[in-house]
Amino acid sequence: MNGIQHLPPWAAVLTAVFLLTGAAVTLIGSLGLLRLGTFYERVHAPTLGTTLGTVFIAAASMVYFSVLQTRPVLHEILIIVLGIVTTPIALTVLVGAAHFRDTAERAQLGKPAGRVQPHARVPGDAPTGKAG
Amino acid sequence: MTRLLPFPIISFCLLALWLLLNQAITFGHILLGCLVALVGGRILTILELPPVRVRRAGIILRLLRMVVMDIVRSNLAVGRIVLGFGRRQRRSGFVEIPLDMRDPYGLASLAYIITSTPGTLWVNFDAQRGALTIHVLDLVDEEEWIRTIKDRYERHLLEIFE
Repeated sequence: MNGIQHLPPWAAVLTAVFLLTGAAVTLIGSLGLLRLGTFYERVHAPTLGTTLGTVFIAAASMVYFSVLQTRPVLHEILIIVLGIVTTPIALTVLVGAAHFRDTAERAQLGKPAGRVQPHARVPGDAPTGKAG
Repeated sequence: MTRLLPFPIISFCLLALWLLLNQAITFGHILLGCLVALVGGRILTILELPPVRVRRAGIILRLLRMVVMDIVRSNLAVGRIVLGFGRRQRRSGFVEIPLDMRDPYGLASLAYIITSTPGTLWVNFDAQRGALTIHVLDLVDEEEWIRTIKDRYERHLLEIFE
């Protein structure tokens, strides 16, 4: 229970690999938030961290504490499940808001109202893309 | 059954949550967990949710396995895009998909699957026309996406919920 020196090497390596992989995946997701161009594109990136990133980091925690306490420590599963269940809700609301604003702005600009034809604004994703 | 446990699945999940949080399977914790599960289930009735009808529970596992595999695969794909490997002209855009599904739980599951998979986003669902709009990060072929969503996910969800 009290310290990394009691951890057998195989568990230490496994923990380190899981932890680094999870951190790398989350970092790439956050990097995507920075690098991708438009709002709609950017919303894709954080799901990397909330899916595989969380899974790997939680797995590292489960291995580490299970081996140290010589009993299965499984409550990290809750972090994975609750994180994976709640994130898409927030993202869907965000995207819905952006879509609503795009539609409203286009209606204001006097473009033909009625059915939304999202294909029509593929190049550049204007106007939310610039502001988002 | 229905009076005491209006949402058996959620009540069971609450019990599991309680036992996992306390990391103990003792008589006392099982008793407390059952209390949490019963009260939690009763509170949900205030929301007046439509009843869940799960027809074929066996397919859920198959769908779950498929979704997990897709999430891993698209994690790799989006990671590659973010890091800028294979710098070809990438186009992102919207795809409109005609859906046959009307069950609210089926649609919610589909929204959840699409959004939690990196690379696709649930944007809008027009309930009158039954048209779903999704955003795809790496859009190569619109027809292929329509086929993917309809054959891989919607077909299974229809079997489960309708």
